[in-house]
Amino acid sequence: MTGLAYLIPIALCMGTLGLVAFFWAMHSGQYEDMDGSAQRILIDDEEEGDRS
Amino acid sequence: MTALSPTLPADPDTLASRFTVPGMRCAGCIAKIERELPKVAGVKAARVNFSSKRVAVEHDKELGEDALLQALQGLGFEAQRIEDNPLGAEEKEHRKLMRALGVAGFGMMNVMLLSVSIWSGAEGATREVFHWLSALIALPVIAYSGQPFFASAWMALKYRRTNMDVPISIGVILATALSVYETATGGGHAYFESAVMLLFFLLAGRALDSTMRTRTRAGIGALLGRMGKSASVIGPDGTVARVDAKELEPRMLVLVAAGEGLAADGEIEQGESTIDNSMLTGESKPVPVGTGDTVHAGAINLGAPFQLRLTHTSDDTALAEIARLMDEAGQSRSHYVRIADRASRTYAPVVHSLAALALVGWMIAGAGWHQSLVVAIAVLIITCPCAMGLAVPTAQVVASGALLKRGLLVKDGSALERLAEVDTALLDKTGTLTLGEPRPDISLLNSEAKSVALGLAQASQHPLSRGLAQALREDEIEPAKIDQIDETSGKGIEGVWRGVRVALERPNAETSDLATTLRIGSQAHVLRFTDPLRTDTHQTIEALCILGIEPAILSGDRRAPVEATAKSLGIPATANVSPQEKLAALEELRGHGAKPLMVGDGLNDGPALAAAHASIAPGTASDASQQAADAVFIGEKLMPVALAVRVARRTMVIVRQNFSFAIGYNALAVPLALFGFVTPLIAAIAMSLSSLVVVANSLRLAGSAKENTK
Repeated sequence: MTGLAYLIPIALCMGTLGLVAFFWAMHSGQYEDMDGSAQRILIDDEEEGDRS
Repeated sequence: MTALSPTLPADPDTLASRFTVPGMRCAGCIAKIERELPKVAGVKAARVNFSSKRVAVEHDKELGEDALLQALQGLGFEAQRIEDNPLGAEEKEHRKLMRALGVAGFGMMNVMLLSVSIWSGAEGATREVFHWLSALIALPVIAYSGQPFFASAWMALKYRRTNMDVPISIGVILATALSVYETATGGGHAYFESAVMLLFFLLAGRALDSTMRTRTRAGIGALLGRMGKSASVIGPDGTVARVDAKELEPRMLVLVAAGEGLAADGEIEQGESTIDNSMLTGESKPVPVGTGDTVHAGAINLGAPFQLRLTHTSDDTALAEIARLMDEAGQSRSHYVRIADRASRTYAPVVHSLAALALVGWMIAGAGWHQSLVVAIAVLIITCPCAMGLAVPTAQVVASGALLKRGLLVKDGSALERLAEVDTALLDKTGTLTLGEPRPDISLLNSEAKSVALGLAQASQHPLSRGLAQALREDEIEPAKIDQIDETSGKGIEGVWRGVRVALERPNAETSDLATTLRIGSQAHVLRFTDPLRTDTHQTIEALCILGIEPAILSGDRRAPVEATAKSLGIPATANVSPQEKLAALEELRGHGAKPLMVGDGLNDGPALAAAHASIAPGTASDASQQAADAVFIGEKLMPVALAVRVARRTMVIVRQNFSFAIGYNALAVPLALFGFVTPLIAAIAMSLSSLVVVANSLRLAGSAKENTK
């Protein structure tokens, strides 16, 4: 049963990590333009990339 | 908002402007705009949001919006400026829901993890610790994610009404309170997982509903954006001063420069010009005006400057009058009760009474208050209108997504419900059945002449030039490079091409048709413009008839052209009607119990659009009309109108299936819960399963907007 003492905090940490990642993704606007992201894959690279 | 970084310029000299560009269809369009626009001097960056068909441009202060619009036009995209942040409030609301959903998801998974080990036989101290841990996670999660429901339930109770959120809130709060009590007293059962799971699934439904609304509202511009915001008033001593539109008064004398939008109604005192009245009428044909003519706010002066004696200002203008009519007409529609609300209006009281009955019944039977409460909570949770709550939004979101791919933006769910019910259709002529843009006959030009014509036409904002440029671009003509371009209002545009003088100018002979002369050196071609019917108008009318909808034309245009169109389409027509008469015609139809669909584009259609049972406007319509309409279709095809009705009807079929399933499930589950066979946990699982069935059923609508499905 002592294993639980490690496992539960780890599980909680991982859950929190997921939640933080979701908030970050939302805050950085990754859900702003879902169709656009799908289309952008098709654009040939030129100087396209991280401009923000 | 970091992804739309062009909206937050760090440099004080840069400005951010946003435009709607409905014509973006593919990855190529995104690449073209994002690569080519920054090449224009003064533009720092351009970022496309494809979902909402918008472009955010970061540019120097000196570079005006008109120049940007023209640059976009040069790339082949019709664009329109949008106000700074028209959907700030809704955007915020949506983000709040998404955050609540994320938190509820986190809470649900972790609490579930702990609960599973308790069910699989954790005993004594372990169970107690797990209960405390669950409480630690669940309490803040419920406090945060439950807010949308608690707030709405509180509002309803405050006004002595009840809505779906009341049973949800009571169920969640009771389950939480009982669980805390159990935990504190070391009892065997806690129901945190049921409460959190309930919140998660309900929030999923809400978030879907709100996604649909933000996505489609985004495509639609702000009301009355093009009306002049100030005017140059000529004082008695001849000095000119800029005066705000609000402070204008009748009898003032105003100087209207070329290209300026009018801020008030008036009579022309001196000067001759042509004006673009498309804001009011939706027709882009320029109207010649002279001394003594009345012009209205919202018109744009295309020709020479003129002096205007104001007659009606601010709230008295024809434009404001139409806006007011629209507002009033829209009121009648707001009485429409959405199907989900109709269901919950009868459903919520029944659920409450059942739960209360269960509590009292078990108490009388001598079960003790603890067991009675558990049963009551199980009843509340199992009957929770979860499947009911999802039945409508999931179907509508999937349907509107399918329609969006076919070029139709539906503004909200109630629009789909009303579209499904229509039985008559009234169509405006110009701009709705027809393209509403003058299109030239270019078949007589050789390819060289075409490229010269495009070179000239794309440099001008004149409606004829725009129509010409559009037609030539569709022909995949490359523009010729023209030097020394000079545009004279009311006369034409000229330039030099390979040392030869070239021009697009007014034809010499006065004709009633719209025409322009393309001059290349000594050669001259006369280009005639017509306003053609949309290519699939006939098929659309046929499709509407198959759907059992009677189409008719209701137009403010002159009788002869309207009747000619009506005859070729084989449908009845009424011509020469004013906005008030259109409104009256619709109200008469409604009075006879019909449910009319109005399709129109001009501001004169605005009140009718607002009064109709459902309404659709083309993407080229005036802002006001797009605002008043339930749906907006983009592109040159009329078919989305018929498609919208067909998909809306399919959607309602699915919604009804979802409802019958949810009711069937409740009929089965409620008696079981009432007699105490169901613990709150089983209730929560059953409820989630029923939600999944509803979602899966709704997904069947994804392909419903395909042309050949019936």
